[in-house]
Amino acid sequence: MRSLISILDLSVQEIDELIDTACDIIENPAKYAEACRGRKLATLFFEPSTRTRLSFEAAMYELGGNVLSVSSADSSSAAKGESVADTAKTVSCYADIIAMRHPKEGAPYVAAKNASVPVINAGDGGHNHPTQTLADLLTIRREKGRFDGLTVGFCGDLKFGRTVHSLIGAMARYPDVRFVLISPEELKLPSYEKDVLKQKNIPYVQTTDLMEVMPELDILYMTRVQRERFFNEEDYLRLKDSYVLEPKKLAAARQDLSIMHPLPRVNEISVAIDSDPRACYFKQVLNGKYIRMALILKLLKEAGRI
Amino acid sequence: MNIDSITNGVVIDHITAGAGMRLYELLGLGELDCSVAIIKNVQSAKMGKKDIIKIDALIPIDFDVIGYVDPGATVNIIRDEKLVEKRTIDMPELLTGVIKCKNPRCITSVEQELDHVFRLTDRAGKVYRCIYCETKAG
Repeated sequence: MRSLISILDLSVQEIDELIDTACDIIENPAKYAEACRGRKLATLFFEPSTRTRLSFEAAMYELGGNVLSVSSADSSSAAKGESVADTAKTVSCYADIIAMRHPKEGAPYVAAKNASVPVINAGDGGHNHPTQTLADLLTIRREKGRFDGLTVGFCGDLKFGRTVHSLIGAMARYPDVRFVLISPEELKLPSYEKDVLKQKNIPYVQTTDLMEVMPELDILYMTRVQRERFFNEEDYLRLKDSYVLEPKKLAAARQDLSIMHPLPRVNEISVAIDSDPRACYFKQVLNGKYIRMALILKLLKEAGRI
Repeated sequence: MNIDSITNGVVIDHITAGAGMRLYELLGLGELDCSVAIIKNVQSAKMGKKDIIKIDALIPIDFDVIGYVDPGATVNIIRDEKLVEKRTIDMPELLTGVIKCKNPRCITSVEQELDHVFRLTDRAGKVYRCIYCETKAG
Protein backbone atom coordinates (compact mmCIF):
# COMPACT_ATOMS: atom_id res chain seq x y z
CA MET A 1 0.00 0.00 0.00
CA ARG A 2 1.57 3.26 -1.13
CA SER A 3 1.66 6.00 1.51
CA LEU A 4 3.45 9.34 1.78
CA ILE A 5 5.53 9.68 4.93
CA SER A 6 8.51 11.67 3.69
CA ILE A 7 8.83 13.87 0.63
CA LEU A 8 11.66 11.56 -0.41
CA ASP A 9 9.10 8.75 -0.84
CA LEU A 10 8.30 10.51 -4.11
CA SER A 11 10.70 10.53 -7.04
CA VAL A 12 11.48 13.81 -8.78
CA GLN A 13 9.40 12.55 -11.71
CA GLU A 14 6.43 11.81 -9.44
CA ILE A 15 6.66 15.28 -7.91
CA ASP A 16 6.71 16.80 -11.39
CA GLU A 17 3.63 14.74 -12.28
CA LEU A 18 1.81 15.87 -9.11
CA ILE A 19 2.62 19.48 -9.91
CA ASP A 20 1.37 19.01 -13.48
CA THR A 21 -1.85 17.47 -12.15
CA ALA A 22 -2.28 20.34 -9.66
CA CYS A 23 -1.81 22.88 -12.48
CA ASP A 24 -4.42 21.03 -14.54
CA ILE A 25 -6.82 21.09 -11.57
CA ILE A 26 -6.29 24.86 -11.31
CA GLU A 27 -7.03 25.27 -15.03
CA ASN A 28 -9.88 22.75 -15.24
CA PRO A 29 -11.53 22.27 -11.84
CA ALA A 30 -14.78 20.90 -13.31
CA LYS A 31 -12.86 17.95 -14.77
CA TYR A 32 -12.03 16.75 -11.25
CA ALA A 33 -15.26 17.67 -9.41
CA GLU A 34 -16.53 14.07 -9.28
CA ALA A 35 -13.19 12.24 -9.30
CA CYS A 36 -13.54 10.92 -5.72
CA ARG A 37 -17.32 10.53 -5.49
CA GLY A 38 -18.17 7.89 -2.87
CA ARG A 39 -14.67 7.89 -1.38
CA LYS A 40 -13.86 9.03 2.17
CA LEU A 41 -10.81 10.78 3.59
CA ALA A 42 -10.18 10.44 7.35
CA THR A 43 -8.29 13.39 8.79
CA LEU A 44 -6.73 12.28 12.09
CA PHE A 45 -5.24 15.35 13.71
CA PHE A 46 -3.79 14.69 17.15
CA GLU A 47 -2.18 18.12 17.24
CA PRO A 48 -3.77 21.54 16.52
CA SER A 49 -3.94 22.67 12.91
CA THR A 50 -6.04 25.07 10.89
CA ARG A 51 -4.55 25.18 7.44
CA THR A 52 -3.47 21.63 6.90
CA ARG A 53 -6.64 19.94 8.12
CA LEU A 54 -8.97 22.35 6.33
CA SER A 55 -6.82 22.13 3.22
CA PHE A 56 -7.10 18.33 3.15
CA GLU A 57 -10.82 18.49 3.79
CA ALA A 58 -11.41 21.20 1.16
CA ALA A 59 -9.32 19.16 -1.28
CA MET A 60 -11.43 16.04 -0.76
CA TYR A 61 -14.71 17.96 -1.04
CA GLU A 62 -13.55 19.61 -4.28
CA LEU A 63 -12.86 16.12 -5.64
CA GLY A 64 -16.45 15.13 -4.84
CA GLY A 65 -15.48 12.95 -1.85
CA ASN A 66 -16.41 12.99 1.81
CA VAL A 67 -14.47 13.53 5.02
CA LEU A 68 -14.35 11.84 8.44
CA SER A 69 -12.51 13.94 10.98
CA VAL A 70 -10.76 13.67 14.33
CA SER A 71 -9.54 17.11 15.24
CA SER A 72 -7.83 16.51 18.58
CA ALA A 73 -6.36 13.67 20.58
CA ASP A 74 -8.85 14.40 23.36
CA SER A 75 -11.81 13.54 21.14
CA SER A 76 -10.51 10.13 20.02
CA SER A 77 -9.59 6.79 21.55
CA ALA A 78 -5.99 8.04 21.71
CA ALA A 79 -7.13 9.72 24.94
CA LYS A 80 -7.86 6.23 26.28
CA GLY A 81 -4.38 5.07 25.38
CA GLU A 82 -5.11 3.43 22.02
CA SER A 83 -1.96 2.82 20.00
CA VAL A 84 -1.34 4.47 16.65
CA ALA A 85 -1.28 1.01 15.07
CA ASP A 86 -4.74 0.13 16.38
CA THR A 87 -6.12 3.52 15.39
CA ALA A 88 -4.82 3.03 11.85
CA LYS A 89 -6.32 -0.46 11.58
CA THR A 90 -9.66 0.80 12.88
CA VAL A 91 -9.89 3.85 10.64
CA SER A 92 -8.95 1.70 7.62
CA CYS A 93 -12.34 0.02 8.10
CA TYR A 94 -14.14 3.32 7.55
CA ALA A 95 -12.04 5.41 5.17
CA ASP A 96 -10.35 5.03 1.79
CA ILE A 97 -7.37 7.21 2.69
CA ILE A 98 -5.98 8.74 5.90
CA ALA A 99 -4.24 12.06 6.55
CA MET A 100 -2.55 12.02 9.97
CA ARG A 101 -0.93 14.71 12.07
CA HIS A 102 0.68 13.61 15.31
CA PRO A 103 2.99 15.28 17.85
CA LYS A 104 5.23 12.22 18.02
CA GLU A 105 7.79 11.76 15.28
CA GLY A 106 7.30 8.58 13.28
CA ALA A 107 3.62 8.11 14.21
CA PRO A 108 2.40 8.31 10.58
CA TYR A 109 5.06 5.74 9.65
CA VAL A 110 3.62 3.39 12.26
CA ALA A 111 0.13 4.13 10.94
CA ALA A 112 1.18 3.38 7.36
CA LYS A 113 2.69 0.05 8.41
CA ASN A 114 -0.62 -0.97 9.98
CA ALA A 115 -3.30 0.63 7.80
CA SER A 116 -4.86 -1.12 4.83
CA VAL A 117 -5.42 2.21 3.06
CA PRO A 118 -2.90 4.90 2.03
CA VAL A 119 -1.64 7.16 4.83
CA ILE A 120 -0.49 10.72 4.24
CA ASN A 121 1.80 12.28 6.83
CA ALA A 122 0.24 15.66 7.62
CA GLY A 123 3.07 16.56 10.01
CA ASP A 124 4.81 14.54 12.73
CA GLY A 125 6.43 16.59 15.47
CA GLY A 126 9.48 18.43 14.20
CA HIS A 127 10.21 15.70 11.69
CA ASN A 128 8.40 15.70 8.32
CA HIS A 129 5.58 17.58 6.65
CA PRO A 130 5.66 16.39 3.05
CA THR A 131 2.41 17.94 1.83
CA GLN A 132 3.58 21.37 2.98
CA THR A 133 6.67 20.70 0.91
CA LEU A 134 4.55 19.79 -2.08
CA ALA A 135 2.65 23.07 -1.61
CA ASP A 136 5.99 24.90 -1.40
CA LEU A 137 7.25 23.18 -4.55
CA LEU A 138 4.08 24.01 -6.48
CA THR A 139 4.45 27.62 -5.35
CA ILE A 140 8.10 27.77 -6.43
CA ARG A 141 7.25 26.24 -9.81
CA ARG A 142 4.41 28.71 -10.36
CA GLU A 143 6.45 31.72 -9.17
CA LYS A 144 9.84 30.88 -10.67
CA GLY A 145 8.96 28.47 -13.47
CA ARG A 146 11.81 26.17 -12.44
CA PHE A 147 13.63 24.57 -9.50
CA ASP A 148 17.20 24.44 -10.77
CA GLY A 149 19.74 27.20 -10.26
CA LEU A 150 17.89 28.86 -7.37
CA THR A 151 19.40 30.33 -4.19
CA VAL A 152 17.00 29.50 -1.39
CA GLY A 153 17.29 31.21 1.99
CA PHE A 154 15.71 29.63 5.07
CA CYS A 155 15.31 31.95 8.04
CA GLY A 156 14.27 31.39 11.66
CA ASP A 157 13.86 28.04 13.37
CA LEU A 158 15.86 25.64 11.23
CA LYS A 159 16.28 23.14 14.06
CA PHE A 160 12.69 22.16 14.74
CA GLY A 161 11.16 23.47 11.52
CA ARG A 162 9.94 20.34 9.78
CA THR A 163 8.88 22.29 6.70
CA VAL A 164 12.46 23.46 6.32
CA HIS A 165 13.88 19.94 6.57
CA SER A 166 11.45 18.55 4.02
CA LEU A 167 11.91 21.39 1.52
CA ILE A 168 15.70 21.22 1.74
CA GLY A 169 15.51 17.47 1.07
CA ALA A 170 13.27 18.02 -1.93
CA MET A 171 15.15 20.97 -3.43
CA ALA A 172 18.50 19.21 -2.95
CA ARG A 173 17.51 16.82 -5.72
CA TYR A 174 17.50 19.55 -8.36
CA PRO A 175 20.69 20.79 -10.05
CA ASP A 176 22.59 23.94 -9.08
CA VAL A 177 20.48 24.76 -6.04
CA ARG A 178 22.23 26.66 -3.25
CA PHE A 179 21.01 27.06 0.32
CA VAL A 180 21.49 29.98 2.70
CA LEU A 181 20.69 28.99 6.29
CA ILE A 182 19.86 31.96 8.52
CA SER A 183 19.18 31.24 12.19
CA PRO A 184 20.26 31.91 15.75
CA GLU A 185 23.04 29.57 16.95
CA GLU A 186 20.56 27.58 19.05
CA LEU A 187 18.21 26.92 16.14
CA LYS A 188 20.68 25.90 13.43
CA LEU A 189 19.87 23.16 10.95
CA PRO A 190 20.52 19.73 12.57
CA SER A 191 23.79 18.06 11.67
CA TYR A 192 22.09 15.12 9.95
CA GLU A 193 20.50 17.49 7.45
CA LYS A 194 23.83 19.19 6.79
CA ASP A 195 25.50 15.79 6.43
CA VAL A 196 23.18 15.03 3.52
CA LEU A 197 24.08 18.32 1.84
CA LYS A 198 27.78 17.63 2.33
CA GLN A 199 27.49 14.11 0.96
CA LYS A 200 25.83 15.44 -2.19
CA ASN A 201 28.25 18.37 -2.52
CA ILE A 202 25.38 20.85 -2.40
CA PRO A 203 26.61 24.34 -1.52
CA TYR A 204 25.25 25.99 1.62
CA VAL A 205 26.24 28.79 3.95
CA GLN A 206 25.17 29.37 7.56
CA THR A 207 24.76 32.82 9.00
CA THR A 208 22.98 34.67 11.76
CA ASP A 209 22.67 37.86 9.66
CA LEU A 210 19.65 38.01 7.35
CA MET A 211 20.48 41.44 5.94
CA GLU A 212 23.95 40.37 4.87
CA VAL A 213 22.62 37.65 2.57
CA MET A 214 19.33 39.24 1.46
CA PRO A 215 20.60 40.41 -2.00
CA GLU A 216 21.62 36.87 -2.94
CA LEU A 217 18.25 35.25 -2.47
CA ASP A 218 15.77 34.07 -5.11
CA ILE A 219 13.53 32.73 -2.38
CA LEU A 220 13.30 33.72 1.28
CA TYR A 221 11.53 31.04 3.31
CA MET A 222 10.63 32.48 6.70
CA THR A 223 9.63 30.27 9.63
CA ARG A 224 8.04 30.73 13.02
CA VAL A 225 9.90 29.91 16.20
CA GLN A 226 7.50 27.29 17.52
CA ARG A 227 6.59 27.48 21.19
CA GLU A 228 5.36 23.86 21.16
CA ARG A 229 8.80 22.51 20.24
CA PHE A 230 10.50 23.90 23.34
CA PHE A 231 10.69 22.12 26.68
CA ASN A 232 11.86 25.36 28.27
CA GLU A 233 9.72 28.52 28.06
CA GLU A 234 12.70 30.76 28.75
CA ASP A 235 14.50 29.52 25.66
CA TYR A 236 11.40 30.16 23.56
CA LEU A 237 10.99 33.72 24.84
CA ARG A 238 14.65 34.49 24.24
CA LEU A 239 14.61 33.27 20.63
CA LYS A 240 11.12 34.02 19.34
CA ASP A 241 11.86 37.50 18.00
CA SER A 242 15.21 36.70 16.43
CA TYR A 243 14.07 37.71 12.94
CA VAL A 244 11.21 40.01 12.02
CA LEU A 245 10.84 40.82 8.33
CA GLU A 246 9.79 44.43 7.81
CA PRO A 247 9.51 46.49 4.57
CA LYS A 248 12.77 48.37 5.19
CA LYS A 249 14.66 45.06 5.34
CA LEU A 250 13.60 44.32 1.78
CA ALA A 251 15.43 47.38 0.42
CA ALA A 252 18.39 45.25 -0.60
CA ALA A 253 16.31 42.32 -1.82
CA ARG A 254 15.83 41.40 -5.46
CA GLN A 255 12.72 42.61 -7.22
CA ASP A 256 11.87 39.04 -8.18
CA LEU A 257 12.39 37.64 -4.67
CA SER A 258 9.65 35.25 -3.53
CA ILE A 259 8.87 35.50 0.19
CA MET A 260 7.42 32.27 1.50
CA HIS A 261 6.19 31.10 4.90
CA PRO A 262 4.41 27.87 5.83
CA LEU A 263 2.14 29.82 8.22
CA PRO A 264 0.88 30.43 10.81
CA ARG A 265 3.02 33.46 11.43
CA VAL A 266 3.25 35.22 14.76
CA ASN A 267 5.25 38.35 14.14
CA GLU A 268 8.17 37.19 12.00
CA ILE A 269 6.66 38.82 8.88
CA SER A 270 5.14 42.26 9.31
CA VAL A 271 1.61 42.55 7.89
CA ALA A 272 2.94 45.51 5.92
CA ILE A 273 4.74 42.97 3.72
CA ASP A 274 1.47 41.29 2.74
CA SER A 275 0.76 43.84 0.01
CA ASP A 276 4.27 43.52 -1.46
CA PRO A 277 4.06 41.61 -4.75
CA ARG A 278 6.95 39.49 -3.56
CA ALA A 279 4.85 38.01 -0.73
CA CYS A 280 3.76 34.49 -1.69
CA TYR A 281 2.62 32.95 1.59
CA PHE A 282 -1.11 33.13 0.98
CA LYS A 283 -0.56 31.74 -2.50
CA GLN A 284 1.15 28.81 -0.75
CA VAL A 285 -2.04 28.18 1.21
CA LEU A 286 -4.12 27.99 -1.95
CA ASN A 287 -1.53 25.90 -3.74
CA GLY A 288 -1.59 23.54 -0.76
CA LYS A 289 -5.20 22.63 -1.49
CA TYR A 290 -4.52 21.95 -5.18
CA ILE A 291 -1.46 19.80 -4.58
CA ARG A 292 -3.31 17.79 -1.90
CA MET A 293 -6.05 17.18 -4.44
CA ALA A 294 -3.42 15.86 -6.85
CA LEU A 295 -1.89 13.68 -4.12
CA ILE A 296 -5.21 12.22 -2.97
CA LEU A 297 -6.00 11.35 -6.59
CA LYS A 298 -2.62 9.70 -7.11
CA LEU A 299 -2.71 7.58 -3.94
CA LEU A 300 -6.34 6.51 -4.39
CA LYS A 301 -5.62 5.54 -8.01
CA GLU A 302 -2.57 3.52 -6.98
CA ALA A 303 -4.62 1.82 -4.27
CA GLY A 304 -7.27 0.90 -6.86
CA ARG A 305 -9.94 2.85 -5.00
CA ILE A 306 -10.86 5.17 -7.86
CA MET B 1 47.91 -13.20 32.49
CA ASN B 2 46.37 -16.65 31.94
CA ILE B 3 42.81 -17.40 30.97
CA ASP B 4 42.10 -21.13 30.61
CA SER B 5 41.31 -22.36 27.13
CA ILE B 6 37.70 -23.41 26.66
CA THR B 7 36.33 -26.78 25.59
CA ASN B 8 32.99 -25.72 24.16
CA GLY B 9 32.22 -22.06 23.77
CA VAL B 10 32.60 -18.80 21.88
CA VAL B 11 35.57 -16.47 21.58
CA ILE B 12 34.95 -12.97 20.26
CA ASP B 13 38.32 -11.78 19.06
CA HIS B 14 39.77 -8.67 17.42
CA ILE B 15 37.49 -6.36 19.37
CA THR B 16 38.60 -2.75 19.16
CA ALA B 17 40.32 -1.94 22.47
CA GLY B 18 37.76 -0.41 24.78
CA ALA B 19 34.69 -1.83 23.03
CA GLY B 20 34.66 -5.09 24.99
CA MET B 21 32.52 -3.87 27.86
CA ARG B 22 29.90 -2.37 25.54
CA LEU B 23 29.68 -5.67 23.67
CA TYR B 24 29.42 -7.50 27.01
CA GLU B 25 26.49 -5.32 28.02
CA LEU B 26 24.61 -5.31 24.70
CA LEU B 27 25.04 -9.07 24.26
CA GLY B 28 23.57 -9.58 27.73
CA LEU B 29 26.55 -11.66 28.84
CA GLY B 30 26.11 -10.53 32.43
CA GLU B 31 22.98 -12.66 32.61
CA LEU B 32 24.80 -15.92 31.78
CA ASP B 33 25.58 -18.54 34.44
CA CYS B 34 28.71 -19.81 32.67
CA SER B 35 32.20 -18.33 32.92
CA VAL B 36 32.75 -15.23 30.83
CA ALA B 37 36.09 -13.47 30.56
CA ILE B 38 36.69 -10.00 29.17
CA ILE B 39 40.34 -9.48 28.45
CA LYS B 40 41.20 -5.85 27.82
CA ASN B 41 44.13 -4.28 26.04
CA VAL B 42 45.65 -7.51 24.74
CA GLN B 43 48.77 -6.92 22.66
CA SER B 44 48.02 -7.50 18.98
CA ALA B 45 50.43 -7.44 16.06
CA LYS B 46 47.65 -6.32 13.72
CA MET B 47 45.70 -3.96 15.96
CA GLY B 48 48.24 -2.78 18.53
CA LYS B 49 45.74 -3.41 21.34
CA LYS B 50 42.51 -5.35 21.28
CA ASP B 51 39.86 -6.78 23.59
CA ILE B 52 38.79 -10.43 23.68
CA ILE B 53 35.67 -12.00 25.18
CA LYS B 54 35.66 -15.72 26.05
CA ILE B 55 32.35 -17.42 26.82
CA ASP B 56 32.55 -20.90 28.31
CA ALA B 57 29.36 -22.19 26.69
CA LEU B 58 27.93 -22.53 23.17
CA ILE B 59 25.35 -19.80 23.42
CA PRO B 60 23.55 -18.21 20.48
CA ILE B 61 25.28 -14.96 19.57
CA ASP B 62 23.45 -11.94 18.16
CA PHE B 63 25.80 -11.11 15.31
CA ASP B 64 23.88 -7.90 14.61
CA VAL B 65 25.02 -6.55 17.99
CA ILE B 66 28.64 -7.25 17.16
CA GLY B 67 28.23 -5.81 13.66
CA TYR B 68 26.79 -2.65 15.17
CA VAL B 69 29.34 -2.18 17.98
CA ASP B 70 32.48 -3.41 16.28
CA PRO B 71 32.20 -4.86 12.76
CA GLY B 72 35.92 -5.68 12.72
CA ALA B 73 35.52 -8.31 15.44
CA THR B 74 35.60 -12.03 14.67
CA VAL B 75 33.60 -14.79 16.30
CA ASN B 76 35.23 -18.19 16.86
CA ILE B 77 33.11 -21.22 17.74
CA ILE B 78 34.98 -23.83 19.79
CA ARG B 79 33.85 -27.45 20.06
CA ASP B 80 35.93 -30.10 21.86
CA GLU B 81 38.72 -27.56 22.14
CA LYS B 82 38.86 -27.20 18.35
CA LEU B 83 38.04 -24.15 16.26
CA VAL B 84 35.10 -25.31 14.12
CA GLU B 85 33.92 -21.98 12.75
CA LYS B 86 35.38 -18.52 12.35
CA ARG B 87 33.06 -15.71 11.30
CA THR B 88 33.75 -12.18 10.25
CA ILE B 89 30.93 -9.77 10.95
CA ASP B 90 29.25 -7.28 8.65
CA MET B 91 27.28 -4.25 9.77
CA PRO B 92 23.58 -5.16 9.78
CA GLU B 93 21.27 -3.12 7.58
CA LEU B 94 18.63 -3.17 10.34
CA LEU B 95 19.24 -3.29 14.07
CA THR B 96 16.19 -4.40 16.02
CA GLY B 97 15.72 -4.39 19.79
CA VAL B 98 19.36 -3.68 20.62
CA ILE B 99 19.43 0.02 21.41
CA LYS B 100 16.70 2.52 22.21
CA CYS B 101 15.88 5.80 20.48
CA LYS B 102 16.79 8.69 22.76
CA ASN B 103 14.60 11.28 21.03
CA PRO B 104 11.87 12.24 23.53
CA ARG B 105 9.65 13.25 20.59
CA CYS B 106 9.90 9.82 18.93
CA ILE B 107 6.75 7.69 18.84
CA THR B 108 8.74 4.91 20.56
CA SER B 109 8.98 7.14 23.65
CA VAL B 110 5.24 6.71 24.30
CA GLU B 111 4.30 3.42 22.61
CA GLN B 112 6.14 0.76 24.57
CA GLU B 113 5.17 -2.18 22.36
CA LEU B 114 6.97 -0.79 19.31
CA ASP B 115 10.30 -2.39 18.45
CA HIS B 116 13.20 0.02 18.52
CA VAL B 117 14.59 -0.36 15.00
CA PHE B 118 17.55 1.45 13.48
CA ARG B 119 18.62 1.47 9.84
CA LEU B 120 22.20 1.79 8.59
CA THR B 121 22.18 5.05 6.63
CA ASP B 122 25.90 5.69 6.24
CA ARG B 123 28.14 2.62 6.10
CA ALA B 124 31.40 4.58 5.94
CA GLY B 125 30.43 6.71 8.92
CA LYS B 126 28.80 3.75 10.76
CA VAL B 127 25.66 5.83 11.19
CA TYR B 128 22.40 4.22 12.26
CA ARG B 129 19.14 6.17 12.40
CA CYS B 130 15.82 5.39 14.05
CA ILE B 131 13.38 4.17 11.37
CA TYR B 132 10.59 6.23 12.94
CA CYS B 133 12.10 9.65 13.65
CA GLU B 134 15.52 9.36 11.90
CA THR B 135 17.41 10.37 15.03
CA LYS B 136 21.02 9.21 14.97
CA ALA B 137 21.89 6.30 17.27
CA GLY B 138 24.48 6.73 19.98
